[in-house]
Formats: sequence, structure tokens, C-alpha cells
Amino acid sequence: MLFHAILFYVFAAVLVGAALGVIFARNPVHAVMFLVLAFFQSAMLWLLIEAEFLAIVLVLVYVGAVMVLFLFVVMMLDINIERGGQGYTRYWQLGLAIAGLMVFELIQIIMARGSAAGAGNDFSVLAEGYSNTKALGAVLYTEHVYAFEIAAVILLLAIISAITLTMRKRPGLKQQDISAQVAVKASDRIRIVKMASEGKETES
Amino acid sequence: MIGLGHYLTLSALLFALSIAGIFINRRNLILLLMCIELMLLAVNFNFIAFSRHLGDETGQVFVFFILTVAAAEAAIGLAILVVLFRNRRSINVQEMDSMKG
Repeated sequence: MLFHAILFYVFAAVLVGAALGVIFARNPVHAVMFLVLAFFQSAMLWLLIEAEFLAIVLVLVYVGAVMVLFLFVVMMLDINIERGGQGYTRYWQLGLAIAGLMVFELIQIIMARGSAAGAGNDFSVLAEGYSNTKALGAVLYTEHVYAFEIAAVILLLAIISAITLTMRKRPGLKQQDISAQVAVKASDRIRIVKMASEGKETES
Repeated sequence: MIGLGHYLTLSALLFALSIAGIFINRRNLILLLMCIELMLLAVNFNFIAFSRHLGDETGQVFVFFILTVAAAEAAIGLAILVVLFRNRRSINVQEMDSMKG
């Protein structure tokens, strides 16, 4: 249990450090890398409280796909890196004050509730041979199957909208216009010319 | 003993940090999107901690859907960002004031 606590504090410290890195990194590519680190530490922390399936999904889907997408976009748009502290907005002190106040209040509430509940602060003990993936799948495909299908539609929507937003027609690009090709009629292409037949050839 | 309170505190810290990031971001729209991702991560922490505390898998199913929607949001947001950059050659937040009265 002590080892468990040490692991938690190490991962939590790295996670908070990575979040600070995301906020304060000067280079956007570094910020994305810090975000990857933050997601990785979160996956470790979720493994620690035995939510294995989501931890793996976070690494595979988030770090593997979404963060790579972010990295693509950051590298594609060449953003000039700002130097010095002039990149901050003028109310950054206000932002920090609000964040500090929020974290103070949230921790107060968590502490108050924790001391009121007494020993009810622990995680439930899982049975021997419990499989997180199996349990999630059992609920996901029975009770929440409707939400699951809606999630599929949302992903399809994301694909379609991302493609339609970023697709563009460059001038001078040679490409087929399929509908124009299909809609063409024979009368547009060939001209039938009526002409009188010539007389019999006479022998000379 | 690591319990629910530890995870909730960590999540509160993470959430507050991402709020601060949105406030003090250096006029870069991508950083704003990344702070939103971080915020969603903090929310997911709460869901998972409570799911394990109460011994109910529904919270983890909810995290699954949040991840799905966040992926869709990131894809669409980045697509909008690319189009914006193509049109204005900048993703500076301070310059986007064409709807200002």
C-alpha cells in the first residue's frame, strides 16, 4: 500500500508538471508533447485504480490518434514562436487568481466531505478474477447500446465535417466532373448531318 | 492510503490549471484547444474515481463516451483551425474580432 501511495504521488507530480508545461511552453510543439505526457500519466493513474480498459483506450486513441492530429496541425501551420513574456494576455494575473481560488474552494469541499464521510473514502475492493474490460463490455452493449450507436453517428459526423471543411478546389487542377460526364447527351457530342447521296458513278 | 479524496484533489488541480491556461494563453488558438482537452481529462478523472468508489461501471462507460465526443471535437476544431489559418494566415486569438461591434 505504501508503494501504491508512492506511485500515486510520483505520477500525480509528473501530471501536474506536464499540465504546467502545456500552459507555459513557449513552443506549441513542446506544448503538445507535454500534453502527451499528461495523458500518459493519467493512463498510469487510471491503471493504478484498476480502470484498465480506459487507460489503454486513452493511450491508444488519445495519444495515438488525437494527439498526432494535433501535432500534424501544429507542424502544418507555421506559427511563429513568441519570445519573452509578451505572449501573455494582459489579465494573466486575474486568470491565475481565479484558478487559485477555484482549487482552494474545491479542495476545501473535498476535505470537508471526506472528513464527514469518515472511512468512506476508499475505493471498492474488486472480486478475484474481475475483468474490467468484460464488465464494461457487458454494460456497454446492453444498457447503453443506444448511446453507443449515437457515439458512432457522432464520429461519422466528425469525419464528414472535417473533410468538407478542409477540402478545397485549387484553380487549374485537372479533374473529372463526374456528374457532367454522366449527364451528357448524345446530341451534345455528335452531330448527324443529312446530305443527299451522290449519284451513281459514271464510267469514264 | 490513496482514496477518493486524493483523486478528486488531483482532478481539481488539473481543472484549475487548464482554466488558468485558457486565461493566460498567449494568443494562440491551438493552446486553447489543448487546454480544453486537459479540462476534459480532469472531468474523466472524477468520473473514474467515483465509478471505482461506488463500484458502478456506468461512470466508466460515461468516460468512454466523453473520449468519443472529445475526439470528434478535436477533429472538427482542428479542421476549423486549418480553414481559419488558410483564410487569415494567423491563428492569433486577439486578431479575431471581426464580430466585435
